[in-house]
Amino acid sequence: MMTEEQRIRTHPILPRPEEACVPFTFNGKAFVARAGEMISSALFAHGVRAFNRHHADGAPQGIFCANGQCAQCLVLADGRPVKACITPIEEGMDVRSLNGLPELPAEDAPMAFGRLRERETDVLIVGGGPAGLSAALELGRGGVRCLIVDDKQALGGKLSLQTHSFFGSIRDCYAGMRGMDIGTLLADEVRKLGDVEVWLDSPAVGAFSDGKVGVVRQGRYVLVRPRHILVTTGAREKALAFPGCDLPGVYGGGAFQTLVNRDLVRAAGRLLIVGGGNVGLIAVYHAIQAGIEVLGVVEALPVCGGYKVHLDKVRRLGVPVWTSHTVLRAEGRGKVEKVTVAQVDSSFGPIKGTECTLEADTVLIAVGLSPVSELQRAAKEFGIDVRSAGDADTIAEASAAMFSGRIAGRELLRDMGFDVDIPREWRDTLDVLRAKPGPTHEPKLARPEGTDVYPVIRCAQEIPCNPCTAVCPKNSIKTSDGRMTSLPGFSGECLRCTKCVVICPGLAITLVDRGYDPSGETALVFLPWEMPAGIVWPGKEVETAGFEGEGIGRGKVIAIRETQWQNRRKLLLLEVPANDVDKVAGLRLFDQARLGKGSPLEPSEDDSTIVCRCERVTRGQIVKYIRGTGIRDFNALKAALRVGMGPCGGKTCTEMVMRIFRQELGKDAVIAPHVERPFVQEVPMGAFLAGEE
Amino acid sequence: MMADYDAIVIGAGSVGVPIAYFLAKEGLAVLCVDGRPSSGQGENKSAIGGVRATHSDPAKILLCKESLRIFSSWKGDTGTDIGWKMGGYCFPVFREEEERTLRSILPVQRKFKLNIDFLSAKEIEKAVPGIQEKGLRGGTLSPEDGQVSPLLAVESFTNEARGLGAEFRFGEPVNSLVMEGKTVAGIRTPKGEYKAPVTVNAAGSAATAICRMAGIDVPVRPDSHEAGITAPVKQFLNPLVVDIRPGPEGKTSNFYFGQVHGGQFIFCYTPRQPFYGEDRRSTSEFMPTIARRMAELIPRLRGLTVRRVWRGTYPMTPDGVAVVGKPSKVQGFYVAIGMCGQGFMLGPGVGANVASHIAKGRPLIDPEVFALLSPDRDFTAAKTEKLK
Repeated sequence: MMTEEQRIRTHPILPRPEEACVPFTFNGKAFVARAGEMISSALFAHGVRAFNRHHADGAPQGIFCANGQCAQCLVLADGRPVKACITPIEEGMDVRSLNGLPELPAEDAPMAFGRLRERETDVLIVGGGPAGLSAALELGRGGVRCLIVDDKQALGGKLSLQTHSFFGSIRDCYAGMRGMDIGTLLADEVRKLGDVEVWLDSPAVGAFSDGKVGVVRQGRYVLVRPRHILVTTGAREKALAFPGCDLPGVYGGGAFQTLVNRDLVRAAGRLLIVGGGNVGLIAVYHAIQAGIEVLGVVEALPVCGGYKVHLDKVRRLGVPVWTSHTVLRAEGRGKVEKVTVAQVDSSFGPIKGTECTLEADTVLIAVGLSPVSELQRAAKEFGIDVRSAGDADTIAEASAAMFSGRIAGRELLRDMGFDVDIPREWRDTLDVLRAKPGPTHEPKLARPEGTDVYPVIRCAQEIPCNPCTAVCPKNSIKTSDGRMTSLPGFSGECLRCTKCVVICPGLAITLVDRGYDPSGETALVFLPWEMPAGIVWPGKEVETAGFEGEGIGRGKVIAIRETQWQNRRKLLLLEVPANDVDKVAGLRLFDQARLGKGSPLEPSEDDSTIVCRCERVTRGQIVKYIRGTGIRDFNALKAALRVGMGPCGGKTCTEMVMRIFRQELGKDAVIAPHVERPFVQEVPMGAFLAGEE
Repeated sequence: MMADYDAIVIGAGSVGVPIAYFLAKEGLAVLCVDGRPSSGQGENKSAIGGVRATHSDPAKILLCKESLRIFSSWKGDTGTDIGWKMGGYCFPVFREEEERTLRSILPVQRKFKLNIDFLSAKEIEKAVPGIQEKGLRGGTLSPEDGQVSPLLAVESFTNEARGLGAEFRFGEPVNSLVMEGKTVAGIRTPKGEYKAPVTVNAAGSAATAICRMAGIDVPVRPDSHEAGITAPVKQFLNPLVVDIRPGPEGKTSNFYFGQVHGGQFIFCYTPRQPFYGEDRRSTSEFMPTIARRMAELIPRLRGLTVRRVWRGTYPMTPDGVAVVGKPSKVQGFYVAIGMCGQGFMLGPGVGANVASHIAKGRPLIDPEVFALLSPDRDFTAAKTEKLK
């Protein structure tokens, strides 16, 4: 049996996973999977990246959405074509890569049909993530019959993938807790409510003119007749078209989190991240926690859009963040092997001569999110009472999603005639939680007078976050005006309890102890520590990094200590020269200098860039069509070139195609939009036949 | 009258675009207008693309023979693949009454030299792999019928018409006709007035309103039908299959499906109770209903993956026959409307004949047969084709 090398066996945050013990074969070779694992993750764990070859041109395809939305990961499982990312491995399964179109198995025995089941509910909540669960809590506590349907095997949505601590306030959205723990907590609360029913592995696939919603409940089609629908389906990643973007190994940050944090697969060896928003910056952190080498982050804008605390945390570790840079192309035989980046000018065009090629096996696209709103649009068109919350409504942090779910739940209660209070300040809180990061200020890093023990707070940007102000037993950490976005400062007494160090979601607080060395030569600094075991150990000499990742000097690890306050965040006690102690904010684990050694980019036509990956349609074909016909109709492109007609139904390419239209016809050109039809996700024909059990 | 064009075609769909193409081929300066933003955005994209000459109505037989000739030679003539697949049509039979119906129209089909035969159960099993064997009596197979992609066809006809000088104006609904006494002299759209000695109404479901602008009354009443398509699989089914038994669920009077050139299965049923009107919103009952009918007939179809469903309209006439020709009450006006859900397969045949009539004063097919489609006919005289 092949040894498995690409599984994560120890993780600083996630519990130790079960060993793989379910045998299956891939193209005849013996592999093992973890029980219940999706085929895609089991294949990734064995180093398989290309799952099939596209029927149109033989192009290799692999994981892309990891969410059942596209069909890039199609494989044959016991002779049947299935999406590897949503099909669990079964013992002894014969999995094969697919070359071209699948053959329909000749299963010709007549079958018995089940009775189609219909189901009524007061409120159908589509998506059991932060917004859906929060709304369900309000509705269920109000005594309203709700049905939550979710396409995954567990509640929590993307919260389950968030191993990091959340921002916001403790009162409003569990700030300081890890996303995954919040997901569990919300799910547990929802499970206690008698009026809330939960269907897992049950994607809602279409809304219809007769007011019904089709749900594929564990493989069986059920029609749900809701009085109200709340769409809390979250968001999906925006895609980026560049030469080689269709190679296996280029995919989104969400797919990466699924592979790494849900399935504990070491999904990448050498990783480049495109996009310096929160998703991209957190992906860096998650990758390093999983033992994956991160080459760097490229961000087309001159500054990263993500929280500064995330950015600083990444830079301190020594991961380069190249602003005003973009990805030009990915190359490789059958999968990504090289990626070329370049600096961009003020209009985002690459600057000749700045190209640089890096050896990478994975390129993560994290250039923004779009609401998953197709079901909502359909329901609205069909006159069903539908509303949305969370990212499906407005893209923001999960803390905002939870809060907007709460508000949506209360609003629904009110509209159903219940006497409920929706505090006016909730709206304001939601606006604050949703707001983009505010201005950045100089942090006050000076030593406070009259004490040898004190926290250093490197919180420089106005973001909605304040748990540090709530945990200090001496109430010594305060903001000037009490607003959630104001910067906290320390004054007064410090008990050396380290609660502020372990709760700060941004890892932006250290604790200084100048009384450590009576000689006054060295001092002790307490750093928040969430890295894998074995990277550093007591006695190890390390390089230290400052506020924004600048090199400070050296230090010696004294201890790595568990804390009683915060599950799984540790404290790293570091001895540093007394002069450095206020400046040291973290450890530099990696060597920064990596850019500038690569080979220049060969000039190439970007015309063969794949824009519609499902149907293999290139940018060149689209541009030629628009120029040749002058047509201003997305649907004409669908008819002529099959753009958006594949398995994902245009979810990946629509925005990119609209951008090409505007580039060709002017930014104000009126383009007839893509007409959407059911289903929002492909449905096995057998689901319509299965009926009731 | 100062004419801007030799002819104007109202409607850039399955019928209008071929008319424009054949008019341009006759050397006429043609304008084709449509209120929608591009070709084929009406019923064309709802069509499933089956093309057969094996009807029982003589006019439809002759026009569809012409369509088949045009579709099947299109790639050779223009170099563009429109998804032509000569897989034939198969009507499998499980009951005596359907066998009687199908056998009764064979003589007229043979008279028009159509390649169709009633085959044994064994032969049908060969033509339709995996078909349920129990109760299968046989069925008809017409191997020279086939399927075409409506989307690719309307696109290619548009391109070719453009290449021949035809002009297309989209986003211009016809608000009124320019009437000079009893003569239609052109059209008015929100963007202007265009004049031509001939105007052709090929406006599909909107045809009745256009006729009224010319002062004639042709009853075209749309009813809606749902259809769907799957993800592609390797080719294994040649013919388009039509099961004319009414469904046991009481909702369907027949259903049909086929595997298109790209490997997808495309499918549709005729509701027992027609849904009149132009409602294009999908219902929840379509997919569970058709899935059962398909899997009952060919169990292995349960392994397909459904990608999309939609709903389009059949512009119906009282007698179930298309309305094509020159109304005698007005001058300068032709109609090619009321295709009763077969506009796509009739389109090229109708286009070639209407263009010939306009340019040369006579259709390509027997003028007597062509006259059966005349808008002057008595629509109250009930005449329903045995097998539509």
